[in-house]
Amino acid sequence: MDFLPVILWSDLLLWSLVLVSLVLGLLSRRNPLLRGAWRRVGASRAGMASATVLLAYLLIGLLDSLHYRPRLPETAAQTAAADEPRAAYAVDVHSLLDRLLWSLRTRNEKTYSEPLATRAYAKETIEVEGPGGQRLQQRDYPRLKHGGAHLGDHEAGRHADIGQRLLRAGGLAVLIWLVTAAWVATARSRATGGTPVQAWRQIWRNQSAFAWNAVLAAFAALLLSAAAIAFLAGDYHVFGTDKVGQDVLYQVLKSVRTALVVGLVTTLVTLPLSIFMGVLAGYFRGWVDDLIQYLYTTLSSIPGVLLVAAAVLMIQIVIDTHPQWFVTAVERADLRLLALCFILGLTSWTSVCRLLRGETMKLRELEYIQAAQAFGVADLRIIARHILPNLMHLVIIALVMDFSSLVLAEAVLSYVGIGVDPTTISFGMMINNARMELAREPVVWWSLVAAFAFMFVLVLAANLLADAVRDAFDPRQAGAA
Amino acid sequence: MSAGAAATDSNALLVVRDLRIAFLRGRQPLLAVDGIDFQVAAGETLALLGESGCGKSATALGVLRLLPAAGRIQTGEVIFAGREVLGLSEAEMRAIRGHGMAMIFQEPATSLNPVLTVGRQIGEVLDRHHGLAGLAVEQRALDLLAAVGIADPRRRLGEYPFQLSGGMKQRVMIAIALAGTPRLLIADEPTTALDVTIQAQILELLRELQRQQRMGLLLITHDLGVVAQMAHRVAVMYAGEIVEEASRDMLFTAARHPYTRQLFAALPDLSRRRGPLATIPGQVPPLTALPVGCRFAERCAHAWELCRRQTPPWRHVAATHRLRCHLNDGSGLQPDGHADQRARDDDPQSPVHDSPAAATPPLLAVTDLRVHFPIRRGILQRTVGQVRAVDGVSLTLARGRTLALVGESGCGKTTVGKAILRLVTPTGGSIRLLDRELVGLPSRALRPLRRSMQMVFQDPFASLNPRLTVGEILAEGLQALAVGKGAKNDADAIAAILAQVGLDPDAGQRYPHEFSGGQRQRIAIARALAVQPELLICDEPTSALDVSVQAQILNLLATLQSELEVAYLFITHNFAVVDHLAHEVAVMYLGRIVESGAVDDILRASRHPYTRALLSAVPSPRLDRQPEFIRLPGEIPSPAQPPTGCHFHPRCPQAQTICRQDYPAPTALSPTHVIHCHFPVSVDNESPSRQAKRQALSTTKLA
Repeated sequence: MDFLPVILWSDLLLWSLVLVSLVLGLLSRRNPLLRGAWRRVGASRAGMASATVLLAYLLIGLLDSLHYRPRLPETAAQTAAADEPRAAYAVDVHSLLDRLLWSLRTRNEKTYSEPLATRAYAKETIEVEGPGGQRLQQRDYPRLKHGGAHLGDHEAGRHADIGQRLLRAGGLAVLIWLVTAAWVATARSRATGGTPVQAWRQIWRNQSAFAWNAVLAAFAALLLSAAAIAFLAGDYHVFGTDKVGQDVLYQVLKSVRTALVVGLVTTLVTLPLSIFMGVLAGYFRGWVDDLIQYLYTTLSSIPGVLLVAAAVLMIQIVIDTHPQWFVTAVERADLRLLALCFILGLTSWTSVCRLLRGETMKLRELEYIQAAQAFGVADLRIIARHILPNLMHLVIIALVMDFSSLVLAEAVLSYVGIGVDPTTISFGMMINNARMELAREPVVWWSLVAAFAFMFVLVLAANLLADAVRDAFDPRQAGAA
Repeated sequence: MSAGAAATDSNALLVVRDLRIAFLRGRQPLLAVDGIDFQVAAGETLALLGESGCGKSATALGVLRLLPAAGRIQTGEVIFAGREVLGLSEAEMRAIRGHGMAMIFQEPATSLNPVLTVGRQIGEVLDRHHGLAGLAVEQRALDLLAAVGIADPRRRLGEYPFQLSGGMKQRVMIAIALAGTPRLLIADEPTTALDVTIQAQILELLRELQRQQRMGLLLITHDLGVVAQMAHRVAVMYAGEIVEEASRDMLFTAARHPYTRQLFAALPDLSRRRGPLATIPGQVPPLTALPVGCRFAERCAHAWELCRRQTPPWRHVAATHRLRCHLNDGSGLQPDGHADQRARDDDPQSPVHDSPAAATPPLLAVTDLRVHFPIRRGILQRTVGQVRAVDGVSLTLARGRTLALVGESGCGKTTVGKAILRLVTPTGGSIRLLDRELVGLPSRALRPLRRSMQMVFQDPFASLNPRLTVGEILAEGLQALAVGKGAKNDADAIAAILAQVGLDPDAGQRYPHEFSGGQRQRIAIARALAVQPELLICDEPTSALDVSVQAQILNLLATLQSELEVAYLFITHNFAVVDHLAHEVAVMYLGRIVESGAVDDILRASRHPYTRALLSAVPSPRLDRQPEFIRLPGEIPSPAQPPTGCHFHPRCPQAQTICRQDYPAPTALSPTHVIHCHFPVSVDNESPSRQAKRQALSTTKLA
């Protein structure tokens, strides 16, 4: 084998979360009420456009969650020593995304360079060959090793080159988009039984039940930007390079996975805890309620950052004192990331718990619960059959709304220095590094702007989707429809 | 417009012509009010009568231009005091609202702002419409509160809505409405959320105020009893249209439209006691599927082909009486005019079984039942008092009989039902079902007995889990109590029980939200009956339903009782239902039963002053039978601090010293009639007018 698959804990959790939500999604199609609610989400244009954007992010994150260790080329000594050659694998772990972005990952410059630049950002003393063949020392902006290297001496042709690439990118994007749109129209015409032209007209005029026009519009925007970046990234640093000359585009793309892990895995910790505690407190009342209420009021009155800082530092010490646990540095960083998720989860379950407790208290007074009690149905069965299904809309809403706040929380914690491992690339780390760059003269603005833009789009899309989900699952609106 | 209508235009306060109101759903407008016209003169009460979903409230809000965002007035004219209202700017409209037309809403609890004092809320209107400020506001507010009959107005002025009872809140609402000195008062079900005694007070107050100030009153209601007391003229609405308009007397004596006649026929009435009530089959058509032609045709016993094709035009049958109906209008067919006297119900006549109760041993015997809820205060949650929700209730119920437990809200009647089912834990006393003691039984030992007793709840929209199919809902009891023997038998049992309550067998696969209120209540009854109980506790099962649907449910309950010999403990505040269904009646006041006996003992020969006051407050839907209202002073005291002695003495007109000291022991007036009163009202101790009325009544009965 050419590689050794490495399954990190966070990979496992992320993939299983995606699979579980797919299965749950398919199951919920059977229930007409949930199906109706999802259909309302599907009809929301803002919701569907942001779902398309989120899918793109998810794709990047999932590609970055398939890890492996490449096989090392065998040395002569090894071949000689063993009859049966034992494969040796590299210590550094790569992901599928790394493989796809190999050129971005390896084509490092010496230090800062502006987006799409051909020369470095700071002057250096460089040796040039003088007209007489002698070597002259000169202070100038040195040429980059990779950025725009293909231009050779025609540096002046940079703008024309970029323009040409953008045109080609645009052309390709339009082509792909047209094919996709035609495909959607044909598929819809088959489903509805009209001609593709009619189906297209419906989509265009926003008369289709599913907000296809929003999906296609978002897809067009994504395609345009992705194609432009892809055509430029081959020979330029689209978002420039950072202090050690690493491509900022690569860092930004790697940050997506960190954000997704923090946003999704944390809810995995919070949800069971908050559902269990909230339902228990709301249904049984009495001393159970008192206990849980004291627990979460105590927990939520400790400043969150302090609690997280203490926990992260303790975990850090545990990790540092047990180096034998980890084969690779990536595994160590991964454990720290997961630890952060758990700590964030343990400190943020209280608000959802409080919400669910209140809703359960309201539900348990409803007459259908009393009817079940009059039949002598056991309490746990009442909770499972009557209370949990009626809380699900709140859970889904809380899940989607928490995602964006958790992504932001990661950024804040990493900025403060108690977030992810320093070797893990995340939005927070990028912003933290940009702190120094902003104080520099001339200002290095691009890594902050790139991180900000990617994070902003992610959080905005998540919030818009959360709004659409909340509107669709809100029982008052569901009752009206 | 006919000549008659044009003539009355000159003195009409409010004229509504061809008003069409639609609600947008998505992009599709749904017509909630479809071309109605009516007028209200100064000093006149027009009642807008109809079942829920007929567009009554939309009409009121449309007249005031207060429709919700999705509502649109499509066409029409609303002329108030000679001014077209629909074309006015919003600023001009604000001057009319409150000053010209004011509105009282149904739910007094939510129509007052909970964080402002009563004085501030009245003052706001005075400031806006009369420019009053300072002491003048206070003086005027005091006058207004006094005018609506609030005792100690100066103290109430500084109080917040949560410190007031429901009846007082509605009085404050009326005071706020009056503060703008409106010429037209729109009252949207002003008493539906209130108890009968409070309702009678509020209605009396409205009548009095109207007489003094010569206000026009547009009264929106579904209650024929309220109409009989209040209205001068009545407009009957059905599915967004006015179908009949007449003076009150004309409508109550000679209603012509089949819908109106059916509404009267659906009322529980003495003459049809325990027999089936006339029901209107089906339900009000939804706005999405309004039929062509006459909208009532689908449910009308006389509809013929013309009705389904053509909307009937207005037709005057008398000077003040017009209707929209093809029946007997000379358009061809002349169906038998008497057929609708008693439109027959689907199910056959259920036999009136009136076997003596004493012979059989009681199914349920409750003795001295007490349910106290502790009041906890402070950090350590120490018990500082007890809410005596039920305080020593005794009753017995035999197999196949119906006992009605009546009383105003907060008297503890629902708690009695829940305590019997052990949905709340009794504090003391004894409940014996089938000779087994229930109080103190551990819940595991109680489970087999739960098969014998079940409950039907008040609100059919809250009593069915929206996430389960009807089949799953019905199977729950079978599974929990292991009645059925496996899924196959369960499915058969469910199909059988659905047929028994008059639903399609395929209803089992559907979800509750696909059913109407009446159908949902049938499902709730089916759920309880699925385990074949001997005792069914019905907690106001019809109070959330329209009159015509109420009749269907009452018929169903009567049929089920005769077929299955179920005993009903019927908890209600509706005396018409009691009269129709019950064998025995127990009247509760503040956690105790004050009077109990056979239904005739209580409803026609009551001796307790509270029962008599309660009965006198029930608005009768007949013109001739309204007894003189016995006004009770004050409100029901809190069950946390019941008065000493007889609980009723602070409100009792004939209370004496002994009443303030000792709770009266039970007195048996006859083998069935028991009363807790030191001074039972003797039947001959009546006012002459009441005696005359009684005599008139008995003569009509004889005739």
